[in-house]
Amino acid sequence: MTENLIETVDLHKSFVIKGKETLHVLRGVSEHIAKGEVVSIIGPSGGGKSTFLRCLNLLERPEQGKIIFEGVEITNEKVDINLHRQKMGMVFQHFNVFPHLSVLKNITLAPVLLGKRSQAEAEEQAKALLNRVGLLDKKDEHPGRLSGGQKQRLAIVRALAMEPDVMLFDEPTSALDPEMVGEVLDVIKALVKSGMTSVIVTHEMGFAREVSDRILFMDGGIIAESGKPDDIMNNPQNPRTKEFLSKVLY
Amino acid sequence: MDFFSNIVKIMQKYWQVFLVQGISYTLLLSLLTVAFGAVLGLLLYLGRTVRFKPLNWLCIAIVEVIRGTPMLLQLYVGYFIVPKILPFQVTEFTSVAVALCINSGCYVSEIFRSGIQAVDKGQTEAARSLGLNSRQTMFRIILPQAIKNILPALGNEFIMIVKDTSLASTFFVGELMTACLKVRGNTFLAMECMTIVGVIYFVLTFILSKLLGSFERRLKAND
Repeated sequence: MTENLIETVDLHKSFVIKGKETLHVLRGVSEHIAKGEVVSIIGPSGGGKSTFLRCLNLLERPEQGKIIFEGVEITNEKVDINLHRQKMGMVFQHFNVFPHLSVLKNITLAPVLLGKRSQAEAEEQAKALLNRVGLLDKKDEHPGRLSGGQKQRLAIVRALAMEPDVMLFDEPTSALDPEMVGEVLDVIKALVKSGMTSVIVTHEMGFAREVSDRILFMDGGIIAESGKPDDIMNNPQNPRTKEFLSKVLY
Repeated sequence: MDFFSNIVKIMQKYWQVFLVQGISYTLLLSLLTVAFGAVLGLLLYLGRTVRFKPLNWLCIAIVEVIRGTPMLLQLYVGYFIVPKILPFQVTEFTSVAVALCINSGCYVSEIFRSGIQAVDKGQTEAARSLGLNSRQTMFRIILPQAIKNILPALGNEFIMIVKDTSLASTFFVGELMTACLKVRGNTFLAMECMTIVGVIYFVLTFILSKLLGSFERRLKAND
């Protein structure tokens, strides 16, 4: 077996809605993500996909279960999660670029502030990254002037500037205008091809099938089915997977 | 026509009391109040958010009590209490200014709270996901954005305070309303004096709100 980068053991997470109703979003998720593996998570909304992803870097703290990242149990309260988060890049549905900083500063802020690089080094690296995603000419603009697709490409390289060992994508194209989805997916594809371990929550079935080593189908707070993309897409075993796919694949 | 000629006569004789002493004391008191109020407001806001329950409760209690009692009452309390608790001699002006600062700080802490809460939660998540700790996130990401929500509201607070300082005249500290009372006492021309300070207050706040408006437009233009 290949080396595990992330391992989760029996994760449970629930949210209290309006102070009374409890929503049990994760109901025991155990999963391994190997180094260099590209895993896509699909499934109906409310199935726990995003919550699972956000648990991986503890943006949501699971109330039960363990997460082991690079051999460290990060769910342990004594662990300094900030150090481990530096190794886990995250890309959000709504980009969350920093509107008060220039494009270049968006990228250099974290590496410089966290002592990973000098200002000059960080700027060199940021320019190289921007060049890679075709945004070098925008380096001095503020994000308010960028299109959705450009913002998301910026968000991706902002995460890459920390040289993470894994990238977590939370529906990276769901908030984009249709004509901009392609440019963002191309960036992710190129990244994945370069060997970056990635966990991608997505509704883009074609994309998931193309780039993934493995697809997880999540529904009802558990991983209902997991397998190779072709197996899941062509020959789903779980009736819920079948139903979901029959609705999204025409 | 007596009314207007009286105003002219009053201004000829007492213009210094209104325009120099009155305005400068009013502006000084307002500036002190806003400056120290902003600092106190930030402290109260931070006190409400740190992970230490007793401090949270204390700060919330202070804010609620101050917001729930009349300012004039607070000025009286300040006037009598401040000289007793401070180890050095203080003037009435200082006592009243302290009370005004505390009052303003409580309102300003609410301004900070709403301005900071208005920043999208995604900004915090993005910053934390990069590995920034909560302090770095607050000072590098959240506050610089919140300031755009906070400054206009703080400007409005300043305008409110310019008017609120008139309450300080109860203790004859020398600001505009005190000037009005003094001159009225000398001339027995109540309507005229009140008209004069009314116009001055209006002009002051009008100028301030126009300045604030252009400042706000500049902030927006930078987005």
